[in-house]
Amino acid sequence: MTPNRALTPALVFASLLAVFAACLLGSTQMPIDRVLIALFGGGEMGDRIVVWQIRLPRALAAFATGAALGISGAALQGLLRNPLAEPGVLGVSASASLFATFSLYYGLVALSPWVLPIAAMLGALAATTLIALAAIKTRSVVTLILVGVGISAFAGAAMSLLMNLAPTPFTLSDMINWMLGSVANRSFRELGFAAPFILAGGAMLLASRRGLSALTLGEEAASGIGLNLRNQRILTVLGAGIATGGSVALAGAIGFVGIVAPHIVRPFVGHDPARSLIPSALLAGLILVLADIGVRILPTVNELKLGVVAALIGAPAFIWIAMGRRAIHD
Amino acid sequence: MTELIAEKLSVHAGQTALVTEADFRVGAGEFVALIGPNGAGKTSLLRASLGLEKASGGLASIDDENSAELAPMERARRVAYLPQQRPLAWPNTVRDVVALGRYAYGAAPGRLGAQDADAVERALTKTGLEKLAYRQTDTLSGGELARVHFARALASEAGLLVADEPVAALDPRHQFRIMDIIQQYIAAGGGALVVLHDLSLAARYASRMIWMKDTRIVADGPVEDTLTANRMAEVFSVRAKVEGRAIEIEGAI
Repeated sequence: MTPNRALTPALVFASLLAVFAACLLGSTQMPIDRVLIALFGGGEMGDRIVVWQIRLPRALAAFATGAALGISGAALQGLLRNPLAEPGVLGVSASASLFATFSLYYGLVALSPWVLPIAAMLGALAATTLIALAAIKTRSVVTLILVGVGISAFAGAAMSLLMNLAPTPFTLSDMINWMLGSVANRSFRELGFAAPFILAGGAMLLASRRGLSALTLGEEAASGIGLNLRNQRILTVLGAGIATGGSVALAGAIGFVGIVAPHIVRPFVGHDPARSLIPSALLAGLILVLADIGVRILPTVNELKLGVVAALIGAPAFIWIAMGRRAIHD
Repeated sequence: MTELIAEKLSVHAGQTALVTEADFRVGAGEFVALIGPNGAGKTSLLRASLGLEKASGGLASIDDENSAELAPMERARRVAYLPQQRPLAWPNTVRDVVALGRYAYGAAPGRLGAQDADAVERALTKTGLEKLAYRQTDTLSGGELARVHFARALASEAGLLVADEPVAALDPRHQFRIMDIIQQYIAAGGGALVVLHDLSLAARYASRMIWMKDTRIVADGPVEDTLTANRMAEVFSVRAKVEGRAIEIEGAI
C-alpha cells in the first residue's frame, strides 16, 4: 500500500469539525450561528460562557489528551516493534495515576488545584526515568517491557492499597473518578498547564522519528545502518513519558486510544512508524473528542466517564484489528 | 575504498573469551569468507571489528579510524552490515525497506533525496527486485526477502560489505543468486567479509578464507592454500576430500 497523502489533511479537517461539533452539542443544543458568533467574541454573555469556558476547553482537553496518547503509543510501538505497546505497557500511565491517587489520599489536593496534575506528572517522569536508566544499561527491548510490567504491577498494587485504606467514601470516589479518566470541567488554565508537556514530549518524539523507521530492521541491523540505539531509546522513552504525563495530568488514565489509533493509521502510511506519528496523534485526538461528545449527550443519570467510553469503544476495536492482522516476520 | 583491520582484537562476555587476539585485514576487491564451526566466535569478531560490540583488547579500525569511536552514521557510510538476525517488524514495502539503507545519509522512507532515490533504484536493479518494489515484505518468500536485505545493504553504497550467514536457509538457486550479487559488488570495487557455513559455496566464490576455531583465527589465506583435508579435520572435525576448490565432506570424525 502506498502512503496516502490526503490522510493528514483529512484528519486535521475532521478534528476541527469535531471540536466545532463539540461546541454545538450538549445538554442545551446551540444553533450554528450562535456558536460562531460566540466563538468570535460576540453574542450573548451566556453563549460566550458556554462556548469559551465550558465546551471549547473541554473539547480541546479531550483532543490534547488523545493526541498525546496517540503519538506516544505510535512512537513506543515503533521503538519496541510491537503493535501492542502503549504508554500503559511501560508503566507510565499506572505510575502517573499512582502519584495522583497518593495526593488524593493525603488530601494534598486541598492545598492547591495544581497539586493533582503536578503529582501525575511527577509519577510519569519517575516511571520514564526508571525506564530511561534501564534503557542505558540493557540492549534488550524485552527487558524494557519487563521493567514496565514491574512498574505497572507495583503502581497497581500500591493504588489498591491506598484505596483499601481510604479514610472516607468521599476520597474513594474522588480516586475512582481520577482513575477512570474524564475531561469534565476542564478549563483553559488546566489545559495551559498540561500543553507545554504534551508539546515538548511530542516534539521530542517527532525529532527522533527517523530512528523509529530504522528500527523496523531490528536493533542489530538498525545499529548497522547508523542508528545510535541508546540515544534513540532515551529520546523515545522520555518523549512518550513526558507527553503521557501531560495527558494523565489533564484527564486521568484513559486507555486504548494509544493502541487503536496507530493501528488504524499504519496501513495508510506504508506501515512506517515515523510517518504514523502525526496521523496517530490527530486520529487519537479526534476519537476522544467524539467519545467525549457521546459522553455529554448520552441521557444517563450520572455522566459517563470518558475513559470508560474510550475503553468500551477501543477494546473491541483493538481485538477486531488484532485478530485481522496477518502474520508478520518476527 | 574501505579497509577493515583488526589487530589483536579480543572480546569477552564476563569471564568467557569469545574472540582471542584476532588479526585480519579486508580491503577492496577481496571476497573473504569467514569460516568456522558454531561458537567459534565469528559473529563476535564481526561485531567487535565494526565497533558494534565492545572489545576487551586490541584494536579495530575502518580506514585507519578506530571502529569503536566512529559515529554510527559515519561507520554505516563506510561499511554495510548484514546481521544474522533479520527480523522485519512491520510489513513495509520492499522499496521502503531498501530506502533504510540510506539512513546514514539523512534519508528516510518517503523522504529520499534525488541521490538517495537513485541509489535505491540501483540497488533494486542489481538484486532484480524492480517488479517487487511496491510489494509488502510479509508477502515475500525467504529468497526474495534475502535479496531485499541485500538491496538494503547495497543501497548504502558503502565500500565494504560485512554479512553474517547471508545464505543460511536458502535453496541452492537463491544461494547462488546472493553469491553472484556479492561477486558483482566486488567486481564494481567493493570488498566483502562474509560468514559462510556452506564450504563448497565459500570455496567456489571466495578469494580468501579466514578460518576460526575456539575463539582464534587459525588460518588466513587464499582458498587454494588454506582449504585442505587436514584443516577440515582440525577446524570442523570432519573427514573431507579436497581437490583444488572442490570439496566433499565424507563424515564426522
